[in-house]
Amino acid sequence: MFNIFLDDAAALVVVLPLLISAIIAFIPSKIWPWIISLVTLVLHLVLSLHLLKEISISGLIIYEFGNWEPPWGISFKIDGVNIGLQLLFSIFVLISTFYSRKIFLSEIDSRDSGKAYSLWLLAIGSLNGIILTNDIFNLFVFLEISALASISLIALGAGQNRKALLAAFNYLIIGAIGATFYVIGVGFAYAMTGTLNMNDLVIQLAQYSDGQLAIFAGMSFMLIGLMVKAAIFPVHIWLPPAYSYAPSAVSTLLAALATKTILYFFVRLLYEVFIIYPSYLSLFLDFVLYPLSLLAIFIGTLIAIYQDDIKKLLAFSSIAQIGYITLAFSLKDHSGITSGFIHIFNHALIKGGLFMAVGYFAILQKDRVTLTSLKGFGYKYPITSFALLICGLSLIGLPLTNGFISKLYLFQALYTNQMYFSIALVAISSALAVAYFWKIVEQMWFSEIKFKSEKEDAYIYLPIWIITVSVIVFGIYSSTIIEFSNLSADYLISGYQN
Amino acid sequence: MSNSFLIILGIITPLFSALFSYVCRYNNNLRDSFGIIGGLVTFLVSLKIFHGIQNNEIFQITFFTLFDEVDFTFKVTALGSIFSLVASSLWILASIYTIGYMRGAGEKNQTRFVIFYSIAIHAALAIAWSGNLLVLFIFYEILTFSTFPLVGHKQNAESQSAGRLYLSILVGTSLIFFLPAIFWIWLETGTLDFQDGGILINQFPAEYLSLLIAMLVFGIGKAAIMPIHRWLPAAMVAPTPVSALLHAVAVVKAGVFSFLVVIVYIVGPEFLLQTKSSDWLVWLACFTIMASSIIAITKDDLKARLAYSTISQLSYIILGAALASSLALKGASFHIITHALGKITLFFCAGAIYVTAHIKKVSELKGMGFKLPLIFFAYTLGALSIIGVPPFIGSWSKFYLIMGSIEREFIVVAMILGISSLLNIYYLLQPVVIGFTQTSRGKVKLTKAPLTVWPPVITGLSCLIFFFYANYFLNNVSGVIVI
Repeated sequence: MFNIFLDDAAALVVVLPLLISAIIAFIPSKIWPWIISLVTLVLHLVLSLHLLKEISISGLIIYEFGNWEPPWGISFKIDGVNIGLQLLFSIFVLISTFYSRKIFLSEIDSRDSGKAYSLWLLAIGSLNGIILTNDIFNLFVFLEISALASISLIALGAGQNRKALLAAFNYLIIGAIGATFYVIGVGFAYAMTGTLNMNDLVIQLAQYSDGQLAIFAGMSFMLIGLMVKAAIFPVHIWLPPAYSYAPSAVSTLLAALATKTILYFFVRLLYEVFIIYPSYLSLFLDFVLYPLSLLAIFIGTLIAIYQDDIKKLLAFSSIAQIGYITLAFSLKDHSGITSGFIHIFNHALIKGGLFMAVGYFAILQKDRVTLTSLKGFGYKYPITSFALLICGLSLIGLPLTNGFISKLYLFQALYTNQMYFSIALVAISSALAVAYFWKIVEQMWFSEIKFKSEKEDAYIYLPIWIITVSVIVFGIYSSTIIEFSNLSADYLISGYQN
Repeated sequence: MSNSFLIILGIITPLFSALFSYVCRYNNNLRDSFGIIGGLVTFLVSLKIFHGIQNNEIFQITFFTLFDEVDFTFKVTALGSIFSLVASSLWILASIYTIGYMRGAGEKNQTRFVIFYSIAIHAALAIAWSGNLLVLFIFYEILTFSTFPLVGHKQNAESQSAGRLYLSILVGTSLIFFLPAIFWIWLETGTLDFQDGGILINQFPAEYLSLLIAMLVFGIGKAAIMPIHRWLPAAMVAPTPVSALLHAVAVVKAGVFSFLVVIVYIVGPEFLLQTKSSDWLVWLACFTIMASSIIAITKDDLKARLAYSTISQLSYIILGAALASSLALKGASFHIITHALGKITLFFCAGAIYVTAHIKKVSELKGMGFKLPLIFFAYTLGALSIIGVPPFIGSWSKFYLIMGSIEREFIVVAMILGISSLLNIYYLLQPVVIGFTQTSRGKVKLTKAPLTVWPPVITGLSCLIFFFYANYFLNNVSGVIVI
């Protein structure tokens, strides 16, 4: 009986959250939506682990919906590229759901609990769809579902601060523009090739071996659309307000996973499909993505230094960190892609942990967390503060944390590509990261105000500490993440060679 | 006791002493005694290791692998055994002194102070015994972060901005220059282990060696070479025990020690002598020596004056490392010991004068020599040692440095060392002269703080005594620097 379940694991990881989401919207209870979501996500994790087992045996799973064969039907593809991300996704959503209950209870109207978790699962299911889908139009559908779910979740922050509505609206408009760009590109591709399946697309595109203007236009539209969605500088402007005015639990989910999944698809599109036009690809990577990444790293960090609002500060730091990832992906070789994936994993953990800790502070003081409001928190809430400190040190990239491993491999990749200027810039910006992070630490531990320590809620600090411990563990025993990233790069590069 | 156990014991004892200080935070005497106990234990361990190194024993322990063949490992080098011996032995005295000073000056948050003080010693010992460059870097950063609360201890606007400057310079330079330099070494050679004779020779492009040396010397901001020296005078807002043990011994010595270790065990003196990639650094070090000596003369605040003197003395060690001849390296390594002994004496005295007479400025010391004879006696001993007058221990290291510069045919450098000694005489002995020749105008109220008086006397006298036992240290120094 259970085997029937497992046979369709690839579909169920997406369908199950979407189905449950439809059900729990109507449950008028404070706690049941959370419990049901939690159970769903435990199942989700079991399914992901099963997929990992399958992949380690067969190396590739193509799941055809309704048994329609690929060029016509929609298919999901699971291979070495995305299995690591799938696992991270599963584990992280489970932890953040566990964390979310108390946060939601205090930040949104308790009667909305069912709706909130319905949207929550909707976002999770559709983001997971982005990871697995092998169909460019299906991706658009998932992009839209996830965007609408995220926007509604962000708007739930309006109970705390009315600006959340504006942030959500901004995201809606800009996100819609991005999605439109993307779907126009898909339209071009479909008009030229008559297919939407990614594997088939590669075969069909090969007939235009010299390339055609329409195809390049289509590719450009798709890439720009995805850049908007992935918040790559300078089309990132929706991200900081959206992350900072959303309810804290939502910021955690979005910051850790939303842009990462889109970045993953972005790189897959680049290296699996567009690789058949190497000249176009290197044009895009060298003259668009590479300089934009450097700008993102530098400007994101600089703006973060001048932020007073901590969630905004973290959001701008995310812009810079996304810059590191795209910088790595713009290198066109195995070491670059590996280091990009390593940073996707590590940054998801680090930023997730940071947003969780700051989110907890927000509900503790029932106000936005600013630099001045953090005074003395190191003594007042030592358990959470210490977790924040460790995640922050990892963000700077000190040894023994996973942030260091990211930086190490990024340096290695840049060095093998002889990009010494970028090395200098990355080194400087990571030193500047000390500036914005240390402002926080200084307020928390070294201001004049002293407090007696207060009780902290184990339901909240437990998930925070799970993330924090993983930040250290993956900094010391880094081989797991490196192997998964190597695997991803292997698969992508092998496509590159065929 | 097995050798690897000794390493763990030495490194972990300061952490336990921090922990016990926290547990016993409500009993002041008990709390402060853990510093002394921890000092004694680490001192005995360091002494045992020091002798072990003399007998060619190997002290090594590996915990886990960080990434491709770079392990989290401790391995005591001959240089490391010297540094750890200095840091741990002076920790005992500094702990005693701390009790006298902190209570005498009525400082707040004494528990926090003692805890971070111990953690800083822990980091210094771990730096001394680190087995590769990455482990050294890790504890280098821990040392910076653990001394930040000590620098900003007073928590007023001045100490806060000093703390910020301290942190931004030290962490900033280490992240911008030191860490990329480590990555670079790793990418070229595939290892970061310390080996006799270095790992870079035949592995690293010789034409870029100057750049690497520059990244290292500016990246290791704790070595305080100009223009990366501003943090050290700023850090003097900290209570004097911090200035004494950390900013004359542990922190700054960790800086020059790191640089020496890189030169001796990573770059390799032979490689350096072949390529002459560090000759430019000789001149920068000379400039720092002269410039900071001249600035020191202008400073009326005693601690600021000592801070600039420290900058100048640290550059002696950089100079020795940059010369890279065997005599110069011997002098540089030995200078770690001699300067530590001399400078901690001077800082102890400066703090003792502040606690007993509430005087910070040199010009206000008029006539104090007669009122505080023991302190001034100790101060004179320390000053003479730093100046390099025989029979004080400081004369040995200066002798070797001058010999080293002549060996490399840098005659001008030898002359600069001589001139700098003259400047030392002026600015270090001026307080003594003022203290004994002029009579004080007003009445100065004296408070007794005997615990701040005896430690400098002990270190001052040891400057004198160890002159005759210099061979005891020199065995270890020369045993390793084989060229």
